Amino acid sequence: MVPEFRANSGETFSALHSYARFLTGPTDIGVKLRDSPGFPMQRSRNTSGTEASVKFKTFAMFVGPSVFLMLLFIAFPLVTVLVNSFQVTQPIFTTQEVETCTPGFLQQTCVTEVKTIPVLDDDGNTVTRTEWVGFRSYANVLGGERAIAALSGLDFGALLQIDFWKALRFTLTFTLITLPLVLIVGLAIAVVVNNASRAVKGPVIFVSLLPFIITPVIGALSIRWLFYGDGIVTVWLEALWNTDLSVAANGWAIEFLMMFYRVWHVAPFAFVIFYAGLQTVNQDTLESAVIDGASRWERLRYVVIPHLMPLIVFITLIHLMDAYRAFEEVIGFSSESHRITLQYLTYDYLTPDDAGNRAVSSASASAMLTMIGVVILLAAPLRRTWRDHRGG
Amino acid sequence: MSDASIPRAMRQPFSLKLASNAFLLVWLLLAAFPLVWVLLMSFKSPVDAFSSNAWEVISGPRTLADGAGISIVDIVLFVVFAWGAIKAATVWLMPMATAEGTLQKIFNWAVIALGFGVLAVIGLFFLLPVVAAPIEGLLGPLGQPIFGLTTQHYAAVWVENAFYENFRNSMVVTIGVVTVSLTVGTLAGYGLARSGSTFAFWILIIALIFRALPHSVLVAGYLPVFINSAELLSPILGENAPTLYGQPLAVIAVLVSINQPFTIWMLRSFFQNIPVDLDESARVDGCTHFQAFRWVIMPVMWPGVITTGLFSFLLAYNDFLVTSLLLDASNQTMVPAIAGYFNRETTTTDQVEAVAAAVSITAPLFLLVMIFQRQIVSGLTAGAVKG
Repeated sequence: MVPEFRANSGETFSALHSYARFLTGPTDIGVKLRDSPGFPMQRSRNTSGTEASVKFKTFAMFVGPSVFLMLLFIAFPLVTVLVNSFQVTQPIFTTQEVETCTPGFLQQTCVTEVKTIPVLDDDGNTVTRTEWVGFRSYANVLGGERAIAALSGLDFGALLQIDFWKALRFTLTFTLITLPLVLIVGLAIAVVVNNASRAVKGPVIFVSLLPFIITPVIGALSIRWLFYGDGIVTVWLEALWNTDLSVAANGWAIEFLMMFYRVWHVAPFAFVIFYAGLQTVNQDTLESAVIDGASRWERLRYVVIPHLMPLIVFITLIHLMDAYRAFEEVIGFSSESHRITLQYLTYDYLTPDDAGNRAVSSASASAMLTMIGVVILLAAPLRRTWRDHRGG
Repeated sequence: MSDASIPRAMRQPFSLKLASNAFLLVWLLLAAFPLVWVLLMSFKSPVDAFSSNAWEVISGPRTLADGAGISIVDIVLFVVFAWGAIKAATVWLMPMATAEGTLQKIFNWAVIALGFGVLAVIGLFFLLPVVAAPIEGLLGPLGQPIFGLTTQHYAAVWVENAFYENFRNSMVVTIGVVTVSLTVGTLAGYGLARSGSTFAFWILIIALIFRALPHSVLVAGYLPVFINSAELLSPILGENAPTLYGQPLAVIAVLVSINQPFTIWMLRSFFQNIPVDLDESARVDGCTHFQAFRWVIMPVMWPGVITTGLFSFLLAYNDFLVTSLLLDASNQTMVPAIAGYFNRETTTTDQVEAVAAAVSITAPLFLLVMIFQRQIVSGLTAGAVKG
């Protein structure tokens, strides 16, 4: 065991020391996560019975404000989005015959033309009409006939020209490629830091936390400035390979940078969690593995990694959720003409165009389509949790 | 891990140690390089900042030629000043901040930090140049500027482009979000930690689903309602119905709600570390549930609250999507404001100003990690969720 990390998390709870006799054990999530996969709901039931468990009315008073906020600002907007995705709000136009006359000699010259003008109400505002359009917004977002033509001809190149499919392709590739990289890099750093001498651990953790804590847009920008144009790293690479690189114009180079940024940003998170987990590896098991003649690699493979498995599952779940809604990369690397993500697609519909109109209906449709992905992503872990809850 | 405690078989050969430390070094370089480089660039004139020669970016010959540079004397004075400031902060100021009661302590910390910051700025920008000038004259070659370094981009960003307005807006939103989400979140986190009912289970599960939602999905729901809110609310509020679009208060409410799922999960896991026996003994002594919560549980919960507050702070401070869509240009926060620098047709001067703005946004986060490293690590490992 490394005493240092213990001391760290213990000191956070220094206020608890006067209540030490109540403490059930060290505040150590590595153990807690392993002991109760899913959600440890049993605890208060086991320890206290009905007396200490808060009665429903009191419970509602405590939880009420939070639930109210979540209903008002999360559940209600979801309903609005669902409704908006099936309807379109547009200004009403009428056609009018307008006769414009210019004074002339003896006779006026009159021109009659038919104009389309928006209907105004008494206050001078444009009158809008909302109509139900069924799945038309969805069809628009999905690409309509172009998509059908591309799908029936199995022409994936044409399919990926459509914004939605382009975004879907990139988001999925991005999520699935960064996931193993984050896990491997995070674990490697944790093992190496665990191996380092005690004096350097504090500063190493400090430096490692910086990429994680930094504002995502700024983090992406700081990597962009190293590569875009005649960025310093681009110049080095050009000297190394003796070629001419233009990163900002190459879609694949941008895609690689976006993934690099994401791994750089999330690996510290994985590292800190794995590092905490490594402190709780059973030393006796490790020693008996040594006696049995296990090599270093075998010890890592058959003792340490199984021990860290719950943490790997936890990081995987969190990373899938976060990478699926990647967005800041597109802003930071200005990649919108080459690579977009699903969340950026909705954002793009929501930003006003040159005429100041926001495509709310299309945005809602693309938001609902994005939601389907979240549901698929969470279905398996949630079903397992529900089974655990009912069983335990 | 002292060497004596390790069994002989688990000691590592030299080559493995070397490889392990080399990997660590590569990671540290990778983690720090972009940030250090951006910091360097922000102090140089545009020609140097975007130079293709790394040494020119570091030494800044063009910046030096323009008459902005520092000498060895300056560097020595700066190091002495910084060392003195750190000593002063740790030796004199830290003991001054001790006080009875957590709120009092937080207040003391805030006052001292503010005073220290002001003194440091006065010392760095007004006192040091006055002291440095005569010494440089005396020492001859040592007093000649050798490194190019200019603060003109920071001046341009903060004074000419009025970045302080964005800073103020960021602070309003961030402080609002942290305060409200902790108040609402601690109540809910406590309730959830002490209830084993199926209802509490469902709240937690639904919160987990809400946490996975992309924020743009939610903003797509707010935007039409917020823009038309004056019309929609007028039957209830009459003439005073506000347009919520562009209101910092509305953004605070939105960010608090988006952050609630994470907050209640994290606080719940902290509350679960506080044994139920503590509530019970308070109840036996005649406290109501709320009194037990306020006077017995909260005093031992501060570490958890501070940790959760840090993550709320990060969410609000780092947010781009929500603030850029729901606030208009007149009360823009810092992160969306920086997008304006690199999106418009820019000269290289504009780009270095964007770099300076980026460093300005990062500096408070840097301080935050320095002061609260322990809390951040414990927050990452204690919560079953991440912000």
